[in-house]
Amino acid sequence: MSPLFQTKDLSVRLDGQIVLAHVALSIEPGEIVTIVGPNGSGKSTLLRTIIGAISPESGTLNVRPGLKIGYVPQKLHIDPTLPVTVRRFLSLPVKVASDEADRVLALAGADGLSGKQMSDLSGGQLQRVLLARALLGKPELLILDEATQGLDQRGSAAFYQLIADIRDDVGCAVLMVSHELHVVMASSDRVVCLNGHICCEGHPAHVASAPEYRALFGTGTGGALALYRHEHDHNHDHPNETAE
Amino acid sequence: MSFLLDDFLIRATLAGIGVALAAAPLGCFVVWRRMAYFGDATAHAAILGVALALAFNLSVFIGVLTVSILMATLVTRLSGRGFAMDTLLGVMAHASLAIGLVAVSFLSGVRVDLMAFLFGDILAVGVSDLAVIWGGAAAVIALISWRWDALLIATMSPELARAGGLDPEREQLVLSVTLAIVVAVALKVVGVILITALLIIPAAAARPLARTPEAMALIAALIASLAAIGGLQMSLWADTPAGPSIVTVAFCIFIASLIAASWRRSRR
Repeated sequence: MSPLFQTKDLSVRLDGQIVLAHVALSIEPGEIVTIVGPNGSGKSTLLRTIIGAISPESGTLNVRPGLKIGYVPQKLHIDPTLPVTVRRFLSLPVKVASDEADRVLALAGADGLSGKQMSDLSGGQLQRVLLARALLGKPELLILDEATQGLDQRGSAAFYQLIADIRDDVGCAVLMVSHELHVVMASSDRVVCLNGHICCEGHPAHVASAPEYRALFGTGTGGALALYRHEHDHNHDHPNETAE
Repeated sequence: MSFLLDDFLIRATLAGIGVALAAAPLGCFVVWRRMAYFGDATAHAAILGVALALAFNLSVFIGVLTVSILMATLVTRLSGRGFAMDTLLGVMAHASLAIGLVAVSFLSGVRVDLMAFLFGDILAVGVSDLAVIWGGAAAVIALISWRWDALLIATMSPELARAGGLDPEREQLVLSVTLAIVVAVALKVVGVILITALLIIPAAAARPLARTPEAMALIAALIASLAAIGGLQMSLWADTPAGPSIVTVAFCIFIASLIAASWRRSRR
């Protein structure tokens, strides 16, 4: 199968500064790829370039024609003075049918929130609603930008598990950015370590032990590998996993 | 029909309702996007527009509209540059008012009733003013209803708007232009000082009573219209200045709405 998108030698300049240099990245259908990197390493810029919000300075970005992308933003602050229900939020700016709204809310584990005011949602509920919104129209690629900001570790672990389940359900590929190395690696097929350029990439276990990764995140993340292995074992006990 | 418009009070009431209907839905966006200072800056720049219009013998409406649009776009441009917004807007709002007042003082030979521009002169609204006000109000309502859904999502999240194929900066421009129209239209009715009050007080009063954005805009329009009618009656019977009376009545409705909301909460 051809990749959903592919970048070659991609460089992006923001406000005169080179933020990304010579990035080669592609993603296959159904794959979960996580981009890790320190603050200011160009993670969000890379995602925004892929969704077309930023145009690259040089290099190529080939997106499969008609690729449907679902986008989960980093954060959403809706002013409490703006009264709007979850159901209405899903229908902006394009109206969606009720059964489609119910379908995505159920997929994202946000059933029953339909009639709630957006400003009354908890952090975890809001993330699920944003995820549901991104699932509208059955995207082939789900892009998440630090989607677990404001959740505690248990909350974000549950959220990443939900992402993995959704991938298994609907078969979409997932590209996400995270600073939570420990948690996120468990559910990824591939990890890309970014710091202006791609330092290293590969299977989570490979990246966690790569010297480039250690250099970026220090020895304090030595536990990431252990936790990764632990989570990985846990995943194999999962009935869905053994059935495959 | 036209004999009705011969009555100054009927003209004033129609002018007040026209401005109320345009200001209310826009005022909701001003509140949702926290743009109150933005409204101030645009409104205060109107005095500069008045001075330029008089100096070059243009219509005041055109002068105010032009300067307000320039101010609104200037502020929008600057807002993307990482300035501390409240400081910057505070500087722009008051500097433009001061420069406008200085510019008016240079107009020797022209007698300018400054108070009329600062606080409005709704009782002096003529038939041609009415035409301008209702024309402007219709344009504002048309623009906002046309872009309604796009404006809503751009207000909630520029990123989601962009991901949905919209250009949030264009939606911001729509708001800037409608704001300039409302300023130009409301100048005669409440004056530059109180335009922001007419934008945000009805919207704030409508908030506790609404569960959808549309309901909030409609209730705000209703409240603003009531304030216009009530303020004019108050002005008539108590001999108070009309513009400030309209804002005072709007404020009373705001207080009543807050009390009603907390009473309802405590009963739940």
